Amino acid sequence: MASKSIKLKAKTENGETTVKALIKHPMETGRRKDKDSGELIPIHYIKEVTCKYQDETVLTTELGPTISKNPFLSFTFSGGAAGETVELTWLDNKGEGETASATIS
Amino acid sequence: MKTDMKRRLFLKASLATGAVGIAAGAGLLTPRSVLAAWNTAAFGAESVADALKAGMGSDALTDSAEVMLDIPKNPENGAVVPVAVTTTLSGVESIALLVDKNVKPLCGIFYPGKRMKPAMSIRVKVGESANIIAVMKSGGKLYSAKQAVTVTIGGCG
Repeated sequence: MASKSIKLKAKTENGETTVKALIKHPMETGRRKDKDSGELIPIHYIKEVTCKYQDETVLTTELGPTISKNPFLSFTFSGGAAGETVELTWLDNKGEGETASATIS
Repeated sequence: MKTDMKRRLFLKASLATGAVGIAAGAGLLTPRSVLAAWNTAAFGAESVADALKAGMGSDALTDSAEVMLDIPKNPENGAVVPVAVTTTLSGVESIALLVDKNVKPLCGIFYPGKRMKPAMSIRVKVGESANIIAVMKSGGKLYSAKQAVTVTIGGCG
């Protein structure tokens, strides 16, 4: 599935699968000012990210606005074979979000 | 005439299932919250102790060599500080990352599933030179490690 906001990669080696995800998101803290207008940029950040492997939840996260812009996540789980899929979902404080899946290589 | 009727019926039926299929697909594609509630108290806390009490149930930390942090000492740009945390502990239920000098110290809480190795890499913002603290919950106890980082450009302003 092509996704606009998520770059997802999963690679298996020695019985372990490493997932790398890059999510395109401004991650505004609500404390930054617009350079031109001088007004505060409203808070806008990803609240949660979930990763699934074959319908089994591998990772659930709760995030705050102090995660860097365009969050990058990397983690490893046991099992996983080439050709199987992993799925990643994010959801932000405005209720927006996206799901992407990738084939393990 | 009879075949024509059947054709009508078939068209109707396939249209109906098509709509159901689309509805189901939309339900699957729209991300929904899996958490009962985002921990407002923990993320809103303005001290490490308060954030830990709300997010991890306690602020009683045990310094542990089994929690390992990998962070560049002088990341320079506080907006993007890569943090990697690993452990040799088993049965880790949750991992919290905090930056003690940030206005809101809690960066995130991670809940590894059964399969996942209790290790994470992520990038965080550091407002000014501070300590980055990783806390792992295992067997009801909190184990922690911290590392000081010096930033020349703050990452929260």
